[in-house]
Amino acid sequence: MSGANNRLAVFPTRMTLSVMKQKLKGAQTGHSLLKRKSEALTKRFRDIVKKIDDAKRLMGKVMQVASFSLAEVTYITGDIGYQVQESVKNAQFRVRAKQENVSGVMLPAFESYQEGTNANELTGLGRGGQQVQKCKDTYIKAVETLVELASLQTAFVILDEVIKLTNRRVNAIEHIIIPRYENTIKHIISELDEQDREEFFRLKKVQGKKKEAAARDTLERESRQAAEGAAAKVAGSNGEALAAVVADPSLALEEPTDLLGGEDEDVIF
Amino acid sequence: MAQTERTFMAAIGDEDSITGLLLAGIGHIDSHQKKNFLVVDAKTPLSAVEDAFQEFCKRKDIAIILINQHIAEEIRTLIDDHDQAFPTILEIPSKDHPYDPEKDSVLKRVRRLFGE
Repeated sequence: MSGANNRLAVFPTRMTLSVMKQKLKGAQTGHSLLKRKSEALTKRFRDIVKKIDDAKRLMGKVMQVASFSLAEVTYITGDIGYQVQESVKNAQFRVRAKQENVSGVMLPAFESYQEGTNANELTGLGRGGQQVQKCKDTYIKAVETLVELASLQTAFVILDEVIKLTNRRVNAIEHIIIPRYENTIKHIISELDEQDREEFFRLKKVQGKKKEAAARDTLERESRQAAEGAAAKVAGSNGEALAAVVADPSLALEEPTDLLGGEDEDVIF
Repeated sequence: MAQTERTFMAAIGDEDSITGLLLAGIGHIDSHQKKNFLVVDAKTPLSAVEDAFQEFCKRKDIAIILINQHIAEEIRTLIDDHDQAFPTILEIPSKDHPYDPEKDSVLKRVRRLFGE
């Protein structure tokens, strides 16, 4: 696998090693923080999903009730659809977004509010005005439910996105960044060890050479000394012999005659 | 923040749904005489619905789009492609078409996420 040898291209020195160790520590801290964030978000997410499920079912019922009350209005007042559509001018029912902070993620929450006067005050004034008001109230409640559901849904979409992002980051740190730093550190340590061994070996070698040289020196000196000593001895014994020769005149005198008188076999002339 | 500008709700639906929602007071006509709702009946062409939906998505003052589920079914690809948080698309049941949680794009996503 290529990931096993994955490491940063750095020069193996002790300084880079300490920098890498710091980075690894930072990555591990970041990883645990992000992991916790993702867990917090996921917990929130599950809550929201549950709420959405309930709210969707509730919405079904609420809208049914609202439709029914509109049917009542139609039954009593006749079709008010056209009138209602034509009288639309400004929105009375509005929403505003509030921000809610969940582990650094801004989640919008819609809040409904009424603005301006009731546009449909006169609808169905002839008959069934009360029904129309009742229907209006029902629908306002229904729309409030819808707004609530919408904020849940928005939160759902945003959280979904953020959780994916966070998980991606967590996985990237866990499976790419941290191994890369670890590999780099391992590589630097092995290189440094190698350098240490080389240095050690080199020192040993130098020491060995020095020792060898020193041994040779002493040996030489000793042999020289020995040679000198021997030479001195030889000189001393020669002197003695000379003295003996000097001391013995007959030997000294005889010697030359001997030399001349005696025939040497290998003397050619 | 941009989201504070979004104060209106838009609606796409059949006449009864729209009437009810307008009665609640969500209807708004801006200075360009643009409505924030669309009544869809049997005669409304699909392209008109698509155009209205895309326009509502682009408008910066709309926070929530309410759409009848049976109409949402017809422009399902557009709704599934919409991945922004704003505006929020909410599928609502209509009088003639009861709410079916199986078809809701958000609930579908929920189900996919939890692998059910």
